[in-house]
Amino acid sequence: MTGDMLINYALGILFFPLISFIILIFVGKRLPRQGDIVAIGSILLTLILSLAMFGSMLLSKDPGFRHEASFTWMDLGDFKIKLGFLIDNITIIMLLVVSLISTMTHIFSTKYMEGDIRYSRYYAYLGLFTFSMNGIVLANNLISLYIFWELVGVSSYLLIGHWFEKDSAADASKKAFLTNRVGDIGFFIGLMLVFTALGTFNYAEIFEGVSRGNISGNLLTFAGIGLFMGAVGKSSQFPLHIWLPDAMEGPTPVSALMHAATMVAAGVYLSVRLFPLFTPEALLFIAYTGGFTAIFAATIAITQNDIKKVLAYSTVSQLGYMILAVGTGAYVAGFFHLVTHAMFKACLFYGSGSVIHAMHHALHNLKDHDTDPQDMRNMGGFKSKMPITYWTMLVATLAISGVPLFSGFLSKDAILAGTLSFASHHPQHFLLPVFGFSAALITAFYMFRLIFMTFHNQPKLPNVFNDIHESPKPMVFPLILLSSLCVFIFYTLPYFNPLSDHGWFMELIQAKDSMVPGNPSAKYIADGIHHSHTLTMVLSVLVAALGIFLSWAVYMKKIISADIWTKKMSIFYNLSLNKYYFDENYNKYLYQPFLRLANRVSYIDWDLYDKYFINGFGHVTKWLSFITGRTDYDGLDQTIVDGLGRSMGKFGSSLKEIQTGRLQNYMLFALFGVIIIIIFQSF
Amino acid sequence: MDSLQTYLFISAILFSLGLYGVITRRNGIAVLMGVELILNAANINFIAFARFGGMNFSGQVFALFVIIMAAAEAAVALAIIINVFNNLDTVNIDDAKELKL
Repeated sequence: MTGDMLINYALGILFFPLISFIILIFVGKRLPRQGDIVAIGSILLTLILSLAMFGSMLLSKDPGFRHEASFTWMDLGDFKIKLGFLIDNITIIMLLVVSLISTMTHIFSTKYMEGDIRYSRYYAYLGLFTFSMNGIVLANNLISLYIFWELVGVSSYLLIGHWFEKDSAADASKKAFLTNRVGDIGFFIGLMLVFTALGTFNYAEIFEGVSRGNISGNLLTFAGIGLFMGAVGKSSQFPLHIWLPDAMEGPTPVSALMHAATMVAAGVYLSVRLFPLFTPEALLFIAYTGGFTAIFAATIAITQNDIKKVLAYSTVSQLGYMILAVGTGAYVAGFFHLVTHAMFKACLFYGSGSVIHAMHHALHNLKDHDTDPQDMRNMGGFKSKMPITYWTMLVATLAISGVPLFSGFLSKDAILAGTLSFASHHPQHFLLPVFGFSAALITAFYMFRLIFMTFHNQPKLPNVFNDIHESPKPMVFPLILLSSLCVFIFYTLPYFNPLSDHGWFMELIQAKDSMVPGNPSAKYIADGIHHSHTLTMVLSVLVAALGIFLSWAVYMKKIISADIWTKKMSIFYNLSLNKYYFDENYNKYLYQPFLRLANRVSYIDWDLYDKYFINGFGHVTKWLSFITGRTDYDGLDQTIVDGLGRSMGKFGSSLKEIQTGRLQNYMLFALFGVIIIIIFQSF
Repeated sequence: MDSLQTYLFISAILFSLGLYGVITRRNGIAVLMGVELILNAANINFIAFARFGGMNFSGQVFALFVIIMAAAEAAVALAIIINVFNNLDTVNIDDAKELKL
């Protein structure tokens, strides 16, 4: 495929969803089926174009492929800002992931959102989201990435708050938006640091500047950490992870698309893109942030009872993995995990959506509006009623747990190998692989807990259970497609070794050397990963098996009683159940003091500054104008202006007296005049 | 007696009488008569200057023109006065004040 064609394809991929958004937002309600056909049509076009690009990438087999096109957006003399597209293999794979998951969401939503009062607006926002996400992926510079970054934030806000009649949804959308803002401030600072030092926003030019040493040392570390803060916000890393679980207030397909598969991956994508400019210190910071988030979120997920909350914390944890991979230098593994995670996590979310949909209908038929359709304690035994949902979710769960033969094993393995090799080079950072492996253990545990509680055992609410049905075809189709994409073979072709990640993916995406002097080269990292591969494999299979076994023992066979352990570990249980009291502590130590501070400031502003200074200024001005007004009206106007007029009038009216209208008077005046002239002449 | 001063003296008396008539009379016809007196005073001056001054013949021609002009003027002025009389039933010029504010 030639470069121009690629750019045309990219333009199509970028703008079809935007066109659908514009049509739907203005005339959506008047279209047949409220216009969902427009949205699905445009997303299908996008998917076809992405598939075409993907196919050409597979055919060309060129790991170094790269095409760039820019145009000048702002031209202010010496100061030019250029926007443009960068298309390389990472871009093409991301485009395919985004359009695929987005298409599945569109199809899934036709049934899930059926009868919703804002059905067409929902589809419009999906289009806006797809547009902005593809914009992030296609950007070849930080400024257009930043623009689309914020657009993604907006569409996320709109979709989380889709059911804004519920206070919790409205609050969650605000929380997501504001928490993201915190990270974005860091991002903006990083952006400006880089721009001030290098005078460009273009990735390639930035890397070139970094390799020449135009920006280095602490400044580069700060810039890198600043840029990474954007990823922390968007990818929901500790300590800004609080918004993602609340974002589950949005419709489930939205959770699958944005808060599991693509939007939260934007932060990881950013870190992968900018990997060459991170200094060793910044990378260490990134690694610890990611590693801690992975284990931290996993421990919360264990005790959650809301099916979507479990998946939400699992997402936070898996994103932590990806970030950890970037931090340890195995950023290709992180990107690989992003892709495989998008598939199995979207599948899990659609599965949970399918379960919730079924629960909702069953409860609706029973006229029961108090029971929570998302609470796993109300489920159980759904396996026989919803076989397709069960089997597809099981496949995705095996993938996320890192069981061989499934995609998650390959990517997770690569990440863990990266952490192991990093720790073997730097023994003082032994905690990173510990984080990684224990998070893998806990992941396997809580994911199977979800499966056992939902699909196995005896039904908890028998009369609800009798009404449970498998979901309609448009909801089942994405499940089947995505769960089949969890099989290893789609990532290892043309090889068939389920234990090795060798395949088209690793051949097409090859790690680039870091541009920062002092960072290990890509080959060095790759060799380290290669050496620790076998050990990692054994370990990760062991921890996955242990996690699944424990889960089976506790929730399936009840050999180990969950209740007794809950009591024994009540401190930890409560900590985990209440998400380590993060929201409460943020509220107590961050929001409330901030509100008080804001109140103080507003007191100074309203009651002191405005009242005395601003209003005082107003009073003085009022008096001054009163005085000048008096001078003007009473003094100037009355005496000089009017006085001149009056004196003219008087003069005129006195002069009028001699105009008698009598002919003979005039004759007399003429006579006097002549006499006077004669008298004067005679002298 | 037959000198320039005598004539100029008579002419001045005639002019003054005419002017007095023009200024003081209320009757339009009387005013016209005053105007005729003034014109004739001018005529006497012309003739006197033709006789004693250096004007010679042209003084007499001038007097002739003045007589012709006076005739024309009398014709127009009398026509005006007749019109005034027709409209106002009087020839008192002070009553002809309709254009006055």
